[in-house]
Amino acid sequence: MTAGRPSLESSAVLSFAPHVRFRFDETRQAWIILAPERLLLPDEQAIEILRLIDGERDVDAIINVLAGRFDAPRDVIAGDVLPMLQDLVDKKVLRQ
Amino acid sequence: MTMPAGVSVDPPLALLAELTHRCPLRCPYCSNPLDLQRSGAELDTATWCRVFTEAAALGVLQVHFSGGEPLVRRDLVKLVGHATEAGLYVNLITSGIRLDADRLGGLVEAGLEHVQLSLQDSEPSSGDRIAGLPGAQQAKRQAAALIRAAGLPLTINAVVHRQNLERLEAIIELAVQLGAERLEVAHVQYYGWALANRTALLPSREQLDAATAAVETARAQLAGRLVIDYVVPDYYAHRPKACMGGWGRRFLNITPSGKVLPCHAAETLPDLRFPTVADASLTEIWYRSHAFAWFRGTAWMAEPCRSCERREIDWGGCRCQAFALTGDAARTDPACSLSPDHALLADARREATDATPEFVYRQHSALRQAPDPTI
Repeated sequence: MTAGRPSLESSAVLSFAPHVRFRFDETRQAWIILAPERLLLPDEQAIEILRLIDGERDVDAIINVLAGRFDAPRDVIAGDVLPMLQDLVDKKVLRQ
Repeated sequence: MTMPAGVSVDPPLALLAELTHRCPLRCPYCSNPLDLQRSGAELDTATWCRVFTEAAALGVLQVHFSGGEPLVRRDLVKLVGHATEAGLYVNLITSGIRLDADRLGGLVEAGLEHVQLSLQDSEPSSGDRIAGLPGAQQAKRQAAALIRAAGLPLTINAVVHRQNLERLEAIIELAVQLGAERLEVAHVQYYGWALANRTALLPSREQLDAATAAVETARAQLAGRLVIDYVVPDYYAHRPKACMGGWGRRFLNITPSGKVLPCHAAETLPDLRFPTVADASLTEIWYRSHAFAWFRGTAWMAEPCRSCERREIDWGGCRCQAFALTGDAARTDPACSLSPDHALLADARREATDATPEFVYRQHSALRQAPDPTI
């Protein structure tokens, strides 16, 4: 259902949408995303990416940080990062 | 008071706080019990605040402020503020009646994150008739505008049934027009008031199929603009819904007078005594009460659930529906085609196509007319 919509550009700067809370839950010892009628439990890879969302870094910069951190080729990292961020934009968890 | 062996219990995700049964609307499918509580029986401000603190300590993440109509509580801003400070994500489920800019401003300042606004129909005359309140539809339009102007995300809750399903496309359009980001299209669930009105509400197979197709088309057209959640009616189901994600697994519900329930309809079940917030802490109730342990896990199940490979997917369906339709809360939900009682749903569908009686509107028991003999 994503066909026909503009895909995420590497220069896009993302932030969490208003009324979306990304926080650590002490009870479960886990990172969680709270949003209207949604509770998301991001996996470890998603958490690494989401912790770099600060409303300043663009998508390119996020990929660079992760490529450096995991000593992995940039295009491999981009292949993981872009679909995940696109999905969260579609779900209105993140916005440009 | 002990848990069946082998049942591991996670903390609940969400609390449905039914602040009151008072409501300006009289919807004939209201999820409140037939025996509505009066304002004198309601928990006071300090007790609700203590409950929200306990809920956060237990691990609850989201609190849904519901009713009745939560806006009739004069202390609503204070309750939202306290729940927010305790760390809960606060959602308001409202009819929108009596919402004004000042009140909403206070709620936003107190930390309100999201509003779910009910919508009875797209047509004002039908909307007002179903809600049982002249002018309701207009008040809802104004409420939606206020909510959007305050920058809050808006979900429209549209309960659908045979008397508004033909306008589902217009209802979806109206949700977009009102600025909703989400639309919940929920077929009526037949408990309490809705069960009393079942023959007036249950859709035909043709209506259901048209509605499902309309939702699919709209989802494709509105992708990225409007998220549509769709709840299919049990009476046309092949497999039951995993009611509440399983008894005592994810949710708890607190009634206006402070009873703690695994779901909002659980008080319809006989022989189960539910604890109140005055009896024990929420942690104590969640992990150690008899009522929450009773249908938790799979040990309570009889056949065909007991040996079913889906027993930890749908958790036997809904206990309240099993009781309402068969008189035995421990039977398989008749919504399942494997249930020996599945034919009861076909009987109800046939009955509903024969006649559309007048609504029995929701009201306090002293005023209620003789109820339908089927309840």
